[in-house]
Amino acid sequence: MLQWIPQALGPLWPAALALLKIIAIALPLVVAVAYLTLLERKVIGYMQIRIGPNRVGPGGLLQPFADSLKLMFKEIIIPSGADAVLFLLAPIIMIASAMAAWAVIPFSAEMVLADINAGLLYILAMTSMGVYGVIIAGWASNSKYAFLGALRSAAQIVAYEIAMGFALVGVLMVSGSLNLSDIVRHQAGNFGALGWNWIPLFPLFVVYIISMVAETNRAPFDVAEGESEIVAGFHVEYSGMAFALFFLAEYMNMILVSTLCALMFLGGWLSPLPFLPDGLVWLLAKVFLVLILFLWFRATFPRYRYDQIMRLGWKILIPVTLVWIVVIGLWMQTPFWLWGGAT
Amino acid sequence: MSFSSFVFYLFALILLGSALRVITARNPVHCVLYLVLSFASAAGLWVLLEAEFLAIALVLVYVGAVMVLFLFVVMMLDINIERLREGYWDYLVPALAVAGVMVVEMLVVLGGRYFGLLEMPQPEAVAAGHSNTRDLGRVLYTFYAYPFELAAVVLLVAIIAAIALTLRSRKDTRYQNPSQQVGVRKADRVRVLNMPSEKQANGS
Repeated sequence: MLQWIPQALGPLWPAALALLKIIAIALPLVVAVAYLTLLERKVIGYMQIRIGPNRVGPGGLLQPFADSLKLMFKEIIIPSGADAVLFLLAPIIMIASAMAAWAVIPFSAEMVLADINAGLLYILAMTSMGVYGVIIAGWASNSKYAFLGALRSAAQIVAYEIAMGFALVGVLMVSGSLNLSDIVRHQAGNFGALGWNWIPLFPLFVVYIISMVAETNRAPFDVAEGESEIVAGFHVEYSGMAFALFFLAEYMNMILVSTLCALMFLGGWLSPLPFLPDGLVWLLAKVFLVLILFLWFRATFPRYRYDQIMRLGWKILIPVTLVWIVVIGLWMQTPFWLWGGAT
Repeated sequence: MSFSSFVFYLFALILLGSALRVITARNPVHCVLYLVLSFASAAGLWVLLEAEFLAIALVLVYVGAVMVLFLFVVMMLDINIERLREGYWDYLVPALAVAGVMVVEMLVVLGGRYFGLLEMPQPEAVAAGHSNTRDLGRVLYTFYAYPFELAAVVLLVAIIAAIALTLRSRKDTRYQNPSQQVGVRKADRVRVLNMPSEKQANGS
């Protein structure tokens, strides 16, 4: 019935189809970000025996729209002495790198925009571009607070990227592929949740959870925007929509690393019980659980001191991952390896 | 012009433009950012050559790590731009010599017709599901295992040397010992005294 659309567009149809798919990913993502902010305020509110936002809409459900409307109508102030081009480029880099990584995420066995072989490497490359947004924002603002925040954040991201990368190396060894769909398929089996990567790679799973919180600059690793020390870190000079882009990118990255966690360690779209059908709903449920972890951490832990963060990253997490990679390498050569042979 | 050659010229144009700006931009921070852009365009060109692993590794290693540290250093510098341009003419002659050598090298590559480079056979086309990364890994860890390990050891030596050169431990630096901190028990720090709640009034 819709046959006429591809015919009318002719050679442009593949591009139009790709564009539609991109919109189909990006639009729900933005809505998810909006409601993640509400969820965060609600969850932390309940954890602290408050109610949280409850005025706009039924039970506060329209709060994200009120917030975004407010941010849209605010003026974007460019500080005097700031490098105006770079100042405006920084939030764009942040949001672009946060969104670009979503291109290779498989949502279910068939639902993936770009099923490329080096998918995991691509995600690591895209997320490592995000640090430019932070550094440029800090430098271009022409403000000491912003610059200090940018330095802290960049050092932290570079440090924890290594631990995160090594944790993912373990996953690559087990599944023998860089393709995200293949990594999930490799975890399928007759034992449901027991066949997923989180059991043989448990130390790496814990390291990944810690470094994903640090990588997204979230509490308790949020020294980059420690409001009691350096006001708000690298985005202190931003206002209006420019600030909103930083905010959007931060939450988008949270959802991205949670999704990666679900795909790498928690079996992606596979169902935890073998007799239930697989599907997108399982992936969403797992991502939701990991996101709740983020909020839980923020509500419970006090902020790390800067030297403690560096010590944890370099002296504890990286050695743990290195040791466990060797253990996995040896373990996979023995008959006690039960999680499928690497090809 | 096919689509892939259009993409090639687009990336090549961006690459050349940003490379030119690396050496002509006045602000060193801008120079570094243009260098990042040229790395990204070079990665795009490599993807066109079906070398996706190299392309992504270029972005991951050079753009994601090396240039970040570079940017750090450049941002920290207190640069007087006027003074930076003083020695421009002194360096012109050696720079021209280097540029001349590079032009000759590029002529050899680009003018391959005259040097018999086209007699090299074309690489055969690969299948659709071909994994560049897997091939590279297989060759690197079997055929080239010793050179690869040797390169790794050289890098390790460089890392240790760099740390040894820059690490100066000051005698008066105060630091914390986390294992001691964790090992503290309540009895080490707090003494609980048993005191009567109130003294009897003396009646004075």
